[in-house]
Amino acid sequence: MNVLKLDKLSKTYATGDTALNQVSFEVPAGQVLGLIGPSGAGKSTLIRCINRLVEPTAGSITLGGTDLAQLQGAALRRARRRIGMIFQEYALVERLTVMENVLSGRLGYVSLWRSFLRRYSPDDVSKAFSLLEQVGLSQHYNKRADALSGGQRQRVGIARALEQDPELLLVDEPTASLDPKTSRQIMRLIGDACRERHLPAIINIHDVMLAQQFTDRIIGLRAGEVVFDGPPSGLTDEVLTRIYGDEDWTRMRGEEAGADEPRTPAVDLAEGI
Amino acid sequence: MTTNAPTPVWHYRTRKQTLLGWLGWFSLVALTVFCWQLMNENTIWAFVSDAPEQAADIGGRMFPPAWSYIDQLWEPLWDTINIATLGTLIGVAVAVPVAFLAANNTTPSRRFVRPLALLLIVTSRSINSLIWALLLVAVIGPGLLAGVIAIGLRSIGFIAKLLYEAIEEIDFNQVEAVRATGASGAQVIDYAIVPQILPAFWGISVFRWDINIRESTILGLVGAGGLGIQLSASLATLAWNQVAMIFVVILGTVIVSEWVSARVRQAVI
Amino acid sequence: MDQPSVHPVTWKRPPVLFTHTGWRRAIYAGALIYLVLAMQSIEVDWQRVYLGLDRGWKFVEGFLTPDFTTRWRDISEGLIESLTMTVTSTVAGILVSVPIGIGAARNLAPAPVYLFCRGIITLSRSFQEVIIAILLVAMFGFGPFAGFLTLAFASIGFLSKLLAEDIEACDRSQIEAIRATGASWWQVVNYAVQPQVMPRLVGLSLYRLDINFRESAVIGIVGAGGIGATLNTAIDRYEYDSAGAILIIIIAIVLVVEYSSSYIRRWVQ
Repeated sequence: MNVLKLDKLSKTYATGDTALNQVSFEVPAGQVLGLIGPSGAGKSTLIRCINRLVEPTAGSITLGGTDLAQLQGAALRRARRRIGMIFQEYALVERLTVMENVLSGRLGYVSLWRSFLRRYSPDDVSKAFSLLEQVGLSQHYNKRADALSGGQRQRVGIARALEQDPELLLVDEPTASLDPKTSRQIMRLIGDACRERHLPAIINIHDVMLAQQFTDRIIGLRAGEVVFDGPPSGLTDEVLTRIYGDEDWTRMRGEEAGADEPRTPAVDLAEGI
Repeated sequence: MTTNAPTPVWHYRTRKQTLLGWLGWFSLVALTVFCWQLMNENTIWAFVSDAPEQAADIGGRMFPPAWSYIDQLWEPLWDTINIATLGTLIGVAVAVPVAFLAANNTTPSRRFVRPLALLLIVTSRSINSLIWALLLVAVIGPGLLAGVIAIGLRSIGFIAKLLYEAIEEIDFNQVEAVRATGASGAQVIDYAIVPQILPAFWGISVFRWDINIRESTILGLVGAGGLGIQLSASLATLAWNQVAMIFVVILGTVIVSEWVSARVRQAVI
Repeated sequence: MDQPSVHPVTWKRPPVLFTHTGWRRAIYAGALIYLVLAMQSIEVDWQRVYLGLDRGWKFVEGFLTPDFTTRWRDISEGLIESLTMTVTSTVAGILVSVPIGIGAARNLAPAPVYLFCRGIITLSRSFQEVIIAILLVAMFGFGPFAGFLTLAFASIGFLSKLLAEDIEACDRSQIEAIRATGASWWQVVNYAVQPQVMPRLVGLSLYRLDINFRESAVIGIVGAGGIGATLNTAIDRYEYDSAGAILIIIIAIVLVVEYSSSYIRRWVQ
């Protein structure tokens, strides 16, 4: 069963720049989809069009039977609460506590009054505690978000998205400001969460190696158009050139792999501090 | 290598910049001199040259201050503090919604609502609290109420201006993240915007309270209550030693309020 | 998932400001008691307020249908006094406050100079412009000259304090680098400090110009010349349409100064 279906989705900004051009694909339940492509290819726009943080110009977005592109006002907010989102720079509300950040995942469900008084239902609260335990932050719930490290903040971001009980996860460059080891931990955490809940996810990611390692399927975007759609193993040098343009891919992979492994212990040490 | 190329001469500025600079300075000086002469057309210089004697005379009468006069100053002092505090509270209560209407990123309509809010802010800011008090005393009669409202009206513009600038500087990613959870507009304000501007809000409010203490010491000059009433009475009878005592009380109050406001601002940052 | 562990079902946000429960309650209770007492100190004569509403409405009418012509002679005279006072006092204020500001910067001045300059700043900042104006009018006689002195004196406290803070916040490494070249104290100020604080000094001066104009509209009430005297007379005579005209002129000038100063600031940077 396909949970999400994009049909000829297009976005042209007011400046005249075409960010997306007739993008169509489907995502079945439980699939972790990696979205790769050069900067400015429209990855971020695509993700934001799905939950309508950016208004698409044309096309339809069908999530579980409703066309999200047509929704307005309260109906749009009800649709957004079904879609969890994880952000590039964590985008936690820094001056709120970790717990408030996680509970803010319930905002689409609770009344203004309850959210204002921070009076969430017992189910919401115990779910938040259980999610914090899953992401390994059970001790930190009363800390302010800006007191956490980068990796910890992204874990809170994951917990916030899962607190929504989403039907779909949108992930925007989750590892952009993290070190290699933490990046892998975060990707693993997202992958596990999706498999456990049979949750589809679209992960917009720069790092091709990470994408290959942690996703079930890859879509390559170039100048707003899908230029590759297939399994991670299908990312040959020829495909990468099609997506990113000319580059010595074999050597780059070798270098990256070589440079990555010995670095890990040092990173471990740094995290210990 | 070229050996006969002329050594480049380094100039601090280009000729045109230098000329423009001098022209700017010259017009500033000319304007100042012109204003000075216009202003002093009616100045009686005999009074001005007489000033040191006058100052010595007043200084002599001020000293020693009438220490016992303090007994009559406690109540006006209490009134002064109340005018400042209640006025600040009124100002805050009105300024917060106005700031949200005026900020570029939270205003419901950039075309209609925002200009109105900005006009309200500039009106309130342009008119000193003493003028507001002058008007209000004429309208609702002398007393503390006029003072409280005058301080409140003046504070609206000050607080709203600084607050809407703070709102415009917030990190928009946090707003986007909260919106993505399906939160309503009011919830976005509560969860994403308010936490970001809260330190600025406390800082601004306490800062304004500190200023208001100073301003409310003089509102009594036009009949709006507080120490100013005593001051104007003492001035009318030329009781300079009482005036000196009032100055001592004002100085003390201002120092204490400045200390309080500095402490609070330290605590919230 | 393995063994589902039991999680708490309630959560309360920990208090941010006063973490000790007892203290928190005491402070809230104290604030409440103060508020009640402060409200009680305002004695409102509702009958007077009711009578005044009529007059208030007349003022609103006067503001909406301002009368510029009847009193134009008085208004223009007051306006010229205010504007000339503003320009001259701001220029004089800047000239005096630059040396005092440098003297009050801890990283440039020796201790005795520092204390002396800080003393001047505190003295100037503690008293409201109106109080200073009262004293200076008593010494120098009525008219704009006393107003000029008042505003210049108040500008010194404002500008020197902010200038000194700015100098103290200067990048140390730049100062050290220039000092390391063997530069004298004057050269250090000229090459390391001046470039860093100049844009802000221009900004502050323009801001003070704005403040001085607004204050010039007030000190006239105690006889120091300017538009305030005209306004006071208009209100005393219940000529609300002329008063409205004056207020509108003040607001317009403040707006113009604000817009042009933001333009100049951008040009300087």
